[in-house]
Amino acid sequence: MKSTKDIAELLDEPSCEHNKKEKSGCAKPKPGASAGGCAFDGAQIALLPIADVAHIVHGPIACAGSSWDNRGTRSSGASLYRIGMTTDLTEQDIVMGRAEKRLFHAIKQAVETYQPPAVFIYNTCVPALIGDDIGAVCRSAEERWGVPVVPIDSAGFYGTKNLGNRIAGDAMFKYVIGTRDPDPLPLSVQRADIKIHDVNLVGEYNIAGEFWHVLPLFDELGLRILCTLSGDARFREVQTMHKAEVNMMVCSKAMLNVARKLNEKYGTPWFEGSFYGITDTSQALRDFAKAINDPDLTERTEQLIEREETRIRAELAPWKERLKGKRVLLFTGGVKSWSVISALQDLGMVVVATGTKKSTEEDKARIRELMGEDTLMIEDGSPRELIRIVHDYKADILIAGGRNMYTALKAKIPFLDINQEREFGYEGYQGMLELVRQLALTMESPVWQSVRAPAPWKKTKVAA
Amino acid sequence: MTEILKRNKALSVSPLKASQPVGGSLATLGFNRAMPMLHGSQGCTAFAKVFFVRHFREPIPLQSTAMDQSSSVLGADENVVVGIKTIAEKSRPALITILTTGLAETQGADVHRNVREFRAANPEFDDVAVVAVNTPDFTGSVETGYAATLTEIIRALVPDAKEAGTLPGWRRRQVNVLVSYMLTPGDLEALRDIFEQFQLRPVFVPDLSDSLDGCLTDDDFSPVTIGGTPLSEMATLGHAKATVVIGASLQKAADLLEEKTGVPTYRFDHLYGLHANDALISALSEISGLDVPERIERQRSQLQDTMLDTHFMLGQLRIAIAADADLLHALVAQVQEMGAEVVAAVTSCNTPLLSRIPVASIKIGDLEDMELIAKANNAQLVIGNSHAVDSAERLGTPILRSGFPLYDIIGGYQKTWIGYKGSRQTLFDLANLVINHAHEEIPVYRSVYAQKPATEASAPSCH
Repeated sequence: MKSTKDIAELLDEPSCEHNKKEKSGCAKPKPGASAGGCAFDGAQIALLPIADVAHIVHGPIACAGSSWDNRGTRSSGASLYRIGMTTDLTEQDIVMGRAEKRLFHAIKQAVETYQPPAVFIYNTCVPALIGDDIGAVCRSAEERWGVPVVPIDSAGFYGTKNLGNRIAGDAMFKYVIGTRDPDPLPLSVQRADIKIHDVNLVGEYNIAGEFWHVLPLFDELGLRILCTLSGDARFREVQTMHKAEVNMMVCSKAMLNVARKLNEKYGTPWFEGSFYGITDTSQALRDFAKAINDPDLTERTEQLIEREETRIRAELAPWKERLKGKRVLLFTGGVKSWSVISALQDLGMVVVATGTKKSTEEDKARIRELMGEDTLMIEDGSPRELIRIVHDYKADILIAGGRNMYTALKAKIPFLDINQEREFGYEGYQGMLELVRQLALTMESPVWQSVRAPAPWKKTKVAA
Repeated sequence: MTEILKRNKALSVSPLKASQPVGGSLATLGFNRAMPMLHGSQGCTAFAKVFFVRHFREPIPLQSTAMDQSSSVLGADENVVVGIKTIAEKSRPALITILTTGLAETQGADVHRNVREFRAANPEFDDVAVVAVNTPDFTGSVETGYAATLTEIIRALVPDAKEAGTLPGWRRRQVNVLVSYMLTPGDLEALRDIFEQFQLRPVFVPDLSDSLDGCLTDDDFSPVTIGGTPLSEMATLGHAKATVVIGASLQKAADLLEEKTGVPTYRFDHLYGLHANDALISALSEISGLDVPERIERQRSQLQDTMLDTHFMLGQLRIAIAADADLLHALVAQVQEMGAEVVAAVTSCNTPLLSRIPVASIKIGDLEDMELIAKANNAQLVIGNSHAVDSAERLGTPILRSGFPLYDIIGGYQKTWIGYKGSRQTLFDLANLVINHAHEEIPVYRSVYAQKPATEASAPSCH
């Protein structure tokens, strides 16, 4: 089990603006009135997209049984991450102290059946409580079978999903990053006229494959992504992350500790950015050029941005007509509110209110800048409150995480899912087209009238 | 005699099992104005919630005692008491269930004492029923968690006939119906219809067809379940003419209800296929004293006709099934009735029912086991939940989706499997899967003497 001190250290993230406030990390959840996942949930979300690794959940069935193969993340090849693996601990294992032994044999079984390049072990509440030493088990298993076995000590009761993200990042930094140098650039992809630069993305999960909207632009610019932590990543890519020239933190503070530690240990600069919306996508590309400081790259980046923006604006024009002036209530979880706001404003939509529960002071300032001083910032994101705001502010659509989807639909409110379980990709210039399509699809749907109107015989009664 | 093959590997791969707290939550969600609260860390609840939301595509009321590091180590009694109180204050539900997780049980929680303490300290919430159930996820499955929770709810909310003065048969048309987790909201609706045709009034315990049937209401939002068995009905169960129990997993719940009320019990393992439904219809005719209505006779002969039509596709079909025990039994019975062979039977945990399922062996295991056994025995069709879709793909067989969870189709929760009508639809579905899936064809043979156009000589044969 992690000690209170370990957890406190993880909660203390000097690069996070939340840190300066009193409620560092996250507020203590209240029994009977809590929502959200646990540290194990967060750790698993953060690392499961590493597609060729055997991900073993060490615990009784509830942790893996209800959660395996449950993410919207996509892989371009390896698919081992989609196979749920758990030690499925029984009462006997726990009472008789056989859990460690079972874990040891479980690792053997995974290695023998699937020959993965590495095995990740997620510790959960019960083995943490009975004092399983998963670090020791991982060490002896690694020695015995010659495959890296990485302990991710993420018992649910340690804290929130956010803490779990950090535990995951911490484990990668401690055990994986820096254990291999990048492959030499193959001759076939070298280009005489330009220099290829190595970069990383941290906190990009390739939901619904959305990063594939953006990746071709990196190839065009000659930016080799050593690793995206963790969307469509492979173990051998994570190993090389220390050799990048610059790291981009994508859209989230979740694994900020990785970027910070890479900076501290290897001096790699990092910046925050997002691929949602035209403005932010262009900004992210510019920030890469700026950090790398290669005049040729800067010039080619500007050319690419101009070409792509012109193209996408032309393609969006007919949609903008349809969406202009529509009112949006935005309630996002992990995705930075301001980044989506700028995407929506690119479309001429009006954001009437936005959730800021997870936003930093800096985020809030930025939101004010974008939306004006009297923007409603929502701290209480309870379903009942969201519905009230939709009605009061005459919003045409609620954009929120999948958890709120059925809340919105039951209240007969158009809805767009923006969280990780969603089935559509909105990143990059190209993703904007998918976004407008989905926005129009729900807002312009004929079903709203049908479900809101009373049955005809009820109308007659009222008239009579 | 069925051979029960126990788990023999350290790692469970592609788990079939869902946990006891998930089952306990499902049982609770079938009561009106109810709120299940899992006693564990927040993730226990979050995962269960996502599990249900993906299956039912509905908002799911579910709470957590939110155990953290210090309460996990030092004791979480306060979490339970505060949790109950918070829910009672905020939503004033009719029923709160406290369902323990592996974490709480390992730590040594005593939720029953916690509930007594809450009761003693908060008389203002006497109208809120609170039921604690031990449902750790290191034992059992969704099936046993559901059954245990139903048993405890009956224990707490059905009064003893002696004390309450309830009289079996006093309500001449009422029949209590205890239903296993394997009945979908669609099944319950169909079952209600069957009972009503015998002029009987079924009281489902619990009733997911009234709470999770996918119904748009006038209310924008409710923090607790809308619909489900009203708690007030629990006091009337002792007046019923009969109790009908569907699902072997509910034996204990049924025994307890009979012991408390003295209402005679009719037990059925399932309602899949001709013979199982014949047994139900005969019983309903006996209970109601009415002849079998013509419409039901008609549905029976429709099923018989379909059995004839589909036996060509289903006879000797080699089927692999992965399901919890009650459902496994039902599916095995229905396909065997058609002359199909169950060549792989996999279930999530050991129950007394398994030894009665007439197959050579049943493996207690996961979907990897199912896949391996199915492959070894050349299975031609798979029956399992949405997780088994990938297994079927690797096996190269079609799949009939059944059980929990069903997240890659819409409306799976509403499908009707039971009754003559539902059974008929299952046969159609199975037969269509067989017809539409490329099956073993005789390879094309081209005679060297044939006078076919020259262009055909090298054309690939297409089927």
